[in-house]
Amino acid sequence: MLNGTRRLGGLAIAATILAAACSSAGTSPAPTAATSATNCVTGSITAAGSTALQPLIDAAAKAYTKACAGATVTVNGGGSGTGLSQVVQGAVQIGNSDITAGSKLATPDANKLVDHIVAKQGWIVVTNKDVTGVTNLTTQQSIDIWTGKITNWKAVGGPDKAIVLILRPASSGTRSTYKKLVLSGANEATGGETLTEDSNGAITTAISKTPGSISVIGFAYYNDPANKSLLNGLQLNGADATIANMSTGTYKLAADGHMYTNGQPAGLTKAFLDYMMSADVQTNLIPSLSYAPAAK
Amino acid sequence: MVHLATPDRRASLRARPGFRERIDLPRRVVFVAAASMIGVVVLLLAFIAWQGLQLFLKDGIPITQIFSAEWQPDRMSGTVNFGLLPFIAGTIFVTVVALVISTPLSVGLALFLSEVAPQWAKAIVQPALEIFVGIPSVVWGWLGLTILVPFLSDTFQQGLVVSLPVLGEVFRAPGFRTGFSWLAGSLVLSIMILPTVTSVSYDAFRAVPQELRTGSLALGTTRWQAIRHILVPAALPGVLTAVVLGMTRAAGEALAVQMVIGSSPVFPRAITQPLSTLTSQITLEMGNTVFGEPWQDALWTMSLVLLVISITSVVLVRVINSRRIAL
Repeated sequence: MLNGTRRLGGLAIAATILAAACSSAGTSPAPTAATSATNCVTGSITAAGSTALQPLIDAAAKAYTKACAGATVTVNGGGSGTGLSQVVQGAVQIGNSDITAGSKLATPDANKLVDHIVAKQGWIVVTNKDVTGVTNLTTQQSIDIWTGKITNWKAVGGPDKAIVLILRPASSGTRSTYKKLVLSGANEATGGETLTEDSNGAITTAISKTPGSISVIGFAYYNDPANKSLLNGLQLNGADATIANMSTGTYKLAADGHMYTNGQPAGLTKAFLDYMMSADVQTNLIPSLSYAPAAK
Repeated sequence: MVHLATPDRRASLRARPGFRERIDLPRRVVFVAAASMIGVVVLLLAFIAWQGLQLFLKDGIPITQIFSAEWQPDRMSGTVNFGLLPFIAGTIFVTVVALVISTPLSVGLALFLSEVAPQWAKAIVQPALEIFVGIPSVVWGWLGLTILVPFLSDTFQQGLVVSLPVLGEVFRAPGFRTGFSWLAGSLVLSIMILPTVTSVSYDAFRAVPQELRTGSLALGTTRWQAIRHILVPAALPGVLTAVVLGMTRAAGEALAVQMVIGSSPVFPRAITQPLSTLTSQITLEMGNTVFGEPWQDALWTMSLVLLVISITSVVLVRVINSRRIAL
C-alpha cells in the first residue's frame, strides 16, 4: 500500500515541476490551479538549518526557482542550532528548525524571530532485522528500553538478545523531540554499550550492522526503499507510522517543522514562505516526500 | 696576488640607482607573507582562547567542573554539568594505543627502507607510502566502519577469559558487542599515522652520517649491532619527533575516528567498549548548538584543550630537537 502511495507521490512531484514550468499544464493530470497563483519575486535568499527538513525545503526551492526566473533560493543543512543561530545573526534569511526557537535560544533572541510552521514531520523507531517478533512498542516499553531498565529483547516479546541503544547527540532536535513526545522527559541511559551517531545515514548504517540495535530515524528517510530494506520499522502504541496517522495525531511521534525569519518576512523570503503553504507544496510535494501537511 | 676588494672594485660593485629597491621588493613580499602567516596564527590562538574561556568567564562554570566525568549539557534533562574528562581521556587513550600499535611498525619500516632494503624494494615501498598519505581520512573511517567494526563484533563477540587450573579465572576482557570501540578507533588511527611516522623516522636515519656506519662496520660489528648501538641512539631525537608528530595527527583526527568509536560520552572503561573523543564530540554537537549558549561554549573549551595538547607537542618536538645538537 505504501508502495502505491510512493508511486503516486513520484507522479505528483513530476506534475508539480512540469506545472511550475508552465509548459504542459494542459496535459498534466495533477491540479495546476496553484501554479498561476505562484507569486514570483526576484532576488536571492538562503535558508539553513535542520537536516530533517532539508529534503522538503530543497525540493520546494527547486520547484519555485524553476517557475520564477531571477529568484535564487539556496538551502543549506547544518542542524537546527546552526539555522537558529544564523537567522538571529542575519547570516541567512530563513532558519529551519525541528524544535521551537524558545527551547534553544535566549529569550530576547527568540522573541525577535517569527515562526512559520510549514509541515509536520514524523520519526519512526527502527531496529536491526534480527529483532524478529517485535512489531510494536508501547510508550512504557520505549521508556524502559531508553532508560536502560529493559536490556534484552525477550522482555518485549523478541528474541533472547541484548538491546543496543543508538542515540543521537544530546543537542539533536530529533533526540529532544523523542524525549519529549515518547519518553516524557526521562533521561536516556548513556553508559555501557550505548552508541551515539549523528545523522539518519550514520544511524541506518549502524543499525544494519549491529545485532539487536534500536534507534529513531526520520520517517521521510525511512521511506526511501534503499533504507527500508535494511531496517525493521515499529509501530508506536499500536499505531502505524503513516502520513494520515501523523496528521490526525493517532501516531504521536510527529512534530511541526519550523522556518524562522528575523522579524516579519518581506520580498522573496515572504513569497517563498507563501509558496511553502501553497497547494503545490502542501497537497502534492509534502506527501510525496513522506511529510504531513502543516496543521491548519 | 689579486685583491678582490680594491677600492676601485668596491666602487664598481656599489649599488646602482634602483638596485636597492630591486632587491628590496622580493624581501618585502616574503616579509609580508611571513608576517601575515604569524598574524593569522596569533589571531586564531586569541580567538580560540577567548571562546574557550567563555564557559568560565561568561557562564560562570567553575574551572574544576571540566575535569569531572559527567557530560550533562542539556538543561532540559536536569542540572547541567560540563565534565570534559570522558573526552580528554578518550582522546588520550585512543591516541596512546594507536601509537603503541603504529610506532614499532613505522620505525621498523623506516629502518628497513634506510638500512636494509635493496633499491627495487625502495622503489615499491616509497610510492606506496606516498599513496597512503594521500588517502582521505573519511575513506579510512568508511573502511573501518564497513570492514573492521563488523569483523570485531563477529569474531570477538564472546570476550576473552583466561583461566588457570588452580587459581581459576585470572583475566577477563569483555567481548565486542557492537564492534564500535576504543580499539577500532586506535586501529584506524594507527594505519593513518603510519606514513607520517615512517617518513619522518626515515629522514632521521638517513641524516646519520655515513662515516658512523662504515666506522662501526670497520670495527667488526654486524649490521644489527651497528643499527642497535650506533644508528638508533644517533637518530633517536628524530624518531621521537616522528612519534610526537604522529601523536598530534592522531589526537586531532575527527572524522575517521568518529565513524568507528561509537561516540558514547562516558569515561572509557575497556578497550572493547565505545567511547568519545574531543574532536568527535565537537563535530557531533556543533551543528545543533547555538552561538553563545553554555553548551556551545563548552565545545569551544574542548577546542582550547585540543589546542593546548597540540601546542604542548610542538614544544616537545622543539625540546627534543634542541637535544639533538648535544649528540
